[in-house]
Amino acid sequence: MSKVALLGNATIAEAMRQINPDVVAAFPITPATGIVQEFSQYVHDGVLDTEFITVESEHSAMSACIGASAAGARVMTATSSAGLALMWELLGVASGLRLPMVMVVANRALSSPINIGCDHSDSMGARDSGWIQLYSENAQEGYDNVIKAVRISENKDVRLPVMVMIDGFITSHCTEVLESLEDDQVRGFAGEYKTDYSLLNIENPLTYGPYQTSEYYFETKKQEADSIKDSFGIIKKVSEEFETLSGRHQSIVESYMMEDAEVAVMVLSSTAGTTRAVVDSLRSEGIKAGLIKPRLFRPFPAEKIIEITKNLKSLAILDRSEAFSASGGPLFTETRSALYESGSKPNIINYIYGLGGRDICMEDIRKVFLELLEEEGKRPEVIIRHLGVRK
Amino acid sequence: MVSITEIVKKPQKLACGHRLCPGCGAGVVVNLVLSSIDTPVVIANATGCLEVSTTVYPYTSWNTPFIHSAFENAAATISGVEGAYRSLKRRGKINGEIYFAAFGGDGGTYDIGLQSLSGALERGHDFVYVCYDNGAYMNTGVQRSSATPFGASTTTSPAGKEIPGKPHYKKDITRIVAAHEIPYVAQASVSHWKDLVKKSKKAFETKGPAFINVIAPCPTGWVYDPKDTIKLAREAVYSCIWPLYEVEDGKYKLSFDPKKKKTDVAGWLKQQRRFRHLFEPQNEYLLDEIQGETDKKWNELLEESSSGKRK
Repeated sequence: MSKVALLGNATIAEAMRQINPDVVAAFPITPATGIVQEFSQYVHDGVLDTEFITVESEHSAMSACIGASAAGARVMTATSSAGLALMWELLGVASGLRLPMVMVVANRALSSPINIGCDHSDSMGARDSGWIQLYSENAQEGYDNVIKAVRISENKDVRLPVMVMIDGFITSHCTEVLESLEDDQVRGFAGEYKTDYSLLNIENPLTYGPYQTSEYYFETKKQEADSIKDSFGIIKKVSEEFETLSGRHQSIVESYMMEDAEVAVMVLSSTAGTTRAVVDSLRSEGIKAGLIKPRLFRPFPAEKIIEITKNLKSLAILDRSEAFSASGGPLFTETRSALYESGSKPNIINYIYGLGGRDICMEDIRKVFLELLEEEGKRPEVIIRHLGVRK
Repeated sequence: MVSITEIVKKPQKLACGHRLCPGCGAGVVVNLVLSSIDTPVVIANATGCLEVSTTVYPYTSWNTPFIHSAFENAAATISGVEGAYRSLKRRGKINGEIYFAAFGGDGGTYDIGLQSLSGALERGHDFVYVCYDNGAYMNTGVQRSSATPFGASTTTSPAGKEIPGKPHYKKDITRIVAAHEIPYVAQASVSHWKDLVKKSKKAFETKGPAFINVIAPCPTGWVYDPKDTIKLAREAVYSCIWPLYEVEDGKYKLSFDPKKKKTDVAGWLKQQRRFRHLFEPQNEYLLDEIQGETDKKWNELLEESSSGKRK
C-alpha cells in the first residue's frame, strides 16, 4: 500500500496500468481524455504491452472493444458525454452478446447546449443498456471500482460489461491522495481472464451476433435480465474480497448516520462527500440527519434501500440529470418505485441539481435538509424541485 | 494456378442451406474469397443480407469464427478482433496464424460504414475488407445507396413522372479506399472467379489492410432471372461499367481489358428491370449520358494503368 497525490484521471489510468488489459480502444473526449492520454504514455514508453487501438470515434471504440472481447481479450475503455451517446447502439450489443469489459465514464452533460461540466445525463441515458453501473464518490472509489469491475464483469455467471462513473472535472481533474495497492496485489486480484467463448478458438468456431426472430429473442433477453439480477451476489462477494485486500469496506449502498436518522439525502458520486459534511454539521446541532449513497445503480439495489429507509420520515433524492419525464429524475423514480414495497413510506422529494457543472455547495444541501424538516408530516405540494437554478 | 475442381473439393466455410435468395451474388463472393486460403480465418460481417440470411438462430452457416455486431462497424469490429489476436499472441496466450476478414454490402461499406472502414485502413490492421456490391440497400427492400448506379429505379429513387430513377452517379469507393494508400486494393467480379480467387489470396497474404470490391448482382433488386447472375456480372465487366483492376503501392493495374469485345452499357442495362424506364423515348438521352460517363472513367483507368500512375 502506498500513498500518492494524483489527478483523478491519472488515478484511473493507474488502475488500468496495474490491471494491464490485453486491449484498450479509446477516443479522446473532455473530461475523460486524461485517462486515455496517461494510458497511451504507458504504452508508448513500453511500460505496458497492451494493444492500444486509437480509433477514429467512440462508436468505433466500442465496436473494437466488442470485437476484442469476443476474441477473448481483457478489454477496457473510457469516455464521457457525447462519446457515450455515440456508443449507444453498441452498448446494447456488448451486453446482449454477454461480453465482459470495463468502461470508465467521466460524467459530463449532454448537448445541446454544448457544455463540458459535470452531470449524470450521459450515464443515466445509458442506464437501461444492460450494463452494470457503479458510481464513485472520489478518485479512490473510482480506482477501487475499476479493479472490482474487472472481476464482476468477467465472472462466468455475470458476463456483462461494467461502467464505472467518476464525476467529470470534480473528480477527473482534481488532485487527491490515492492509496494504491501493489501491482502484484491488483494483478492477483484481477486474475487471468480465460473464456470458453473466444473467436480465436479455431477448433470450435462460434457465431457471435446471430439473427433471432421472436421465437428466441425474448428468452435471450430474459436470460440477460436474470443475469443482471443475479449479479448482486457476485458484486457483494467481489466487494468483500476487495475489502480483505484493501481494508476498504464498500457496500452497494453506503448509509451514513442512518441508524436513527429521521431526514436523509440520497445522492450519487461526489456530492455525497459534500452531503456527509452537511450531515456532520446538522448532527452537531442535534438534527437527526443521514446520507444514503448508492454505489450501484444497475442493477438497482431496491432491497437494500428499503432496509436503510425503514425508519425514515423524509427523504430528499438528488438527481444530477433531468430525465425530461415530468415525473422526476432517474434516482428518484427508481427509489420511489422501490419504496412502494416498503412498509414505511417516507415523504420523498426530488431535487434536480448541478446540471452542466453548476456548483453544489454545503449551503444548498443544508437548504434541502431544512426544507425536509420544515415540511415534515405535511404532504408536499411540489415534489420535483430544481436546486440552485435561477428563476 | 487454382482450378475450379480444387475449389469445390475444399470444405466450404459458408455452408449450403443458408437463406440467401436464389441467384444471390453475395454467397458466391464469400465462398470464392474464402476458398483462396487454407489458413484459419475469423470473419466480421456488417448487418445486411449476408448476415441475416446466414445466421438465423439457432442455426449458422459459418464453419469459421464469425461476428456480427452492427451495420456500420464491421471494420472497427474486426480491428478489435485483430488487436486482441496481436495482444494475446504477444503475451503467449495463443499460437498459430489466423487471417481476418470483414464482409459488408455496399450500404455497410460505401455509406454508413465508411468512417469505420477509413479508420481501420488508416490504422493499418492486418485484415481483408470485402465489399459485395449489389448497388442498393437490398436487405431492407431495395433502397438507393451511394453505390446505386445513375438512373436506377429503387424504392427511394423510383422512376417517377418527374425524376427518372437515381439522379446521382455511383460513388467510386475503390478509388477512395486506394487514396488511403493501403498495400492492396482491387476490384473484381463473381463472373471472373479465377481473378477473384487470385486477388483474394494476394489480399490475405498482404501484410496490412487490403480491400476488394466485388460486383454481386442481385436478382431481387435488379430484377432479372436468377440464373443470369454470372452473365450480368460478366457483362458489367465487358461493358466496362465494372472494370477489373488492382492498386498496389499506389499503382493502378488493369486485370482485364475486353478490347474489341467491349460492349455498350445499354445492352447491360436493358436486361434489368430497374433500368426499364431509361428505354422509354423521353429518357433515352440518358443512355448516351451513361455511356459517356462510363467511357470517360474507363479511359482514365486505361491511361492510369498504362502509365502506372494515378492522374
